[in-house]
Amino acid sequence: MQDIVNKLAFYFEYPFVKYAVIVGVLIALCSSLLGVTLVLKRYSFIGDGLSHVAFGAMAIGSVLHVTSNTLVTMPVTIIAAVLLLRNSNSAKIKGDAAIAMISVAALAIGYMLMNIFSTSANVSGDVCSTLFGSTSILTLKQSEVTICIVFSIIVIALFILFYNRIFAITFDENFAKATGMKTGFYNTLVAIIIAVIIVLGMNLVGSLLISALIIFPSLSAMRWMRSFKGVVILSACLSVICAFLGIIISILYSTPVGATIVSVDMIVYIFSYLVKRGE
Amino acid sequence: MAYITCKDLCVGYEGDAVAENINFELEAGDYLCVVGENGAGKSTLMKTLLHLTKPISGDILYSDNITPYEVGYLPQQTPVQMDFPASVEEIVLSGTLSRKKFKPFYSKEDKAVAKDNMKKMDIWDLRKSSFRFLSGGQKQRVLLARALSASEKLLVLDEPVSGLDPKVTTEFYQLIKQLNDDGLSIIMVSHDMHEGLENAKHILHIGREHIFWGTKDDYFKSEAAEAFLGISGE
Repeated sequence: MQDIVNKLAFYFEYPFVKYAVIVGVLIALCSSLLGVTLVLKRYSFIGDGLSHVAFGAMAIGSVLHVTSNTLVTMPVTIIAAVLLLRNSNSAKIKGDAAIAMISVAALAIGYMLMNIFSTSANVSGDVCSTLFGSTSILTLKQSEVTICIVFSIIVIALFILFYNRIFAITFDENFAKATGMKTGFYNTLVAIIIAVIIVLGMNLVGSLLISALIIFPSLSAMRWMRSFKGVVILSACLSVICAFLGIIISILYSTPVGATIVSVDMIVYIFSYLVKRGE
Repeated sequence: MAYITCKDLCVGYEGDAVAENINFELEAGDYLCVVGENGAGKSTLMKTLLHLTKPISGDILYSDNITPYEVGYLPQQTPVQMDFPASVEEIVLSGTLSRKKFKPFYSKEDKAVAKDNMKKMDIWDLRKSSFRFLSGGQKQRVLLARALSASEKLLVLDEPVSGLDPKVTTEFYQLIKQLNDDGLSIIMVSHDMHEGLENAKHILHIGREHIFWGTKDDYFKSEAAEAFLGISGE
C-alpha cells in the first residue's frame, strides 16, 4: 500500500499527470450529463456516428498540421450533429442507415488520410491512439487543457441553464411542442452539446470508446434512482469516480487510460445490474 | 366568441389528406368528443390542433381569450415513458414551463401551481415516487396534473382510457367531468361510445362518408351516428 502511495505521489509531481486528472474528471462529468437524454431519446446511434465523424475530422486536422486538432474536429462534428439530427427526424430518409453510412465513410477517409499524409513513423500507433485514447491524455499540451476546461464549463453551464427544458423534451417531446416550446431549437442544442462532449472525450478515451463514457454511468444510475435529478447527479458522481479510479489504475499499472476507465464504468454497471435486477 | 373555430379544415400527413371539411367551434366550457372509425383522422386532427402537424388547408382561429399554445395535452402513452426515470413531481412541474417566456428554474408560483394540481388529482402523496412504477390509472392522473399545470382553459385528450381497467375508466371520466364542471374546456378523442360520450356536450364525427358536428342529442338522431353505430353493432 505504501508503495502505491509513494508511486502516486511521485507521479503527481509532474504537471502533465495533474492535467490528465483535471481534464479526465471534467470530461467524465460532462459526458455523463446527457447520457439519460441520449439513451431515452434513442440518440445513442447518433453519438456513435458522431465519434467516427470526429475521428475523420481529427485525421484531416493532423494532415493540415493545425496547432490544435480540436479547432478542426469541433466545428466539423457540430455540423455533422445538426445534420444527422435533422435526418433522423425526417420520415423520408432512414435515419439509422444515414448515420451508419456517414460514420463508416468518416472512419475510412480518416484512416486513409492518416496513412497517405502522415509524417510520423508510427502510423498505426497514431491511429490506435485516436481510436482508443491510449496515452494521449498524458501528452496534452497546455493549450489543449485550456480548451478542454473552457468547453467543459460551457457544457455544464448550458446543461444547468436548460436543465428543465432538456427534461421536458426528453420525457415528452410532443407535449413540449404542443405547449409552445421550441423543440427544434432544444434538440439542436442537445445535438451540439453531444458533439462538443464527444470531441472533448476523444482526448480521454478515444473516439471508439466515447459512447461508453456517455452511456454507462447513466445506465448504472437509472438502476438506483427514482427521479431524473437523482439519475443525473448519481451518474455524474459515478462517472467522475470511475474516471479518477481509471486514470490512477492506468498510471499505476501502465494500462491504456481509455480502456481502463471504460472497464471501471462497465464493472459499476454490472454491479448495479446484479444488485437491482428485480426492478 | 368561441375559443377555437375550425373552418374547412383538411388534415393529413405530408400532403396526403386524411380527413376533410372539418368545421366546428369550441366554446369556453365546452366538452367536445371526437368520434369516428379507425383511420378516420381523429388523432391527426388532434395533432393538428396541437401544432404537431401542419393543416393541409383551412383555418384554425383562436379567440382573444386563448393563445394557440394555451393547452394541456394528455397523450396516448409513448414507449419512452415506460422506463423513464422521473419522479411524479418533476413531471407535473414540467407542465408549468409553458407559462413563462424564459426562466431557467421553477419559481415559487410554478411550484404552487404544480402542488395544487397534484392535490386535485390526488397524487400529492406519490410526488416522490418514480413514474415508471405507477399503475396505469396513476400514470394518467400524473399526466393529467401536468396538463392542468400547462393550461387552465383547454384540455386535449387522445384516447385517454385505452389500457385502463373498467373501474379506473369510470373514475377517470368522472374526473374529466369534474374538471369540465369547474370551467375547463375539453376536447377528447374517444373509442368508447357509451361511457365516453355520456358527459359530452358536443360531438364531432369525422369519417369518409359522414361528417357531423352538433350537440349530443342531435348526433344520436343523425345519419352519421346511425351508420357508425350500425356498423359497430351497438
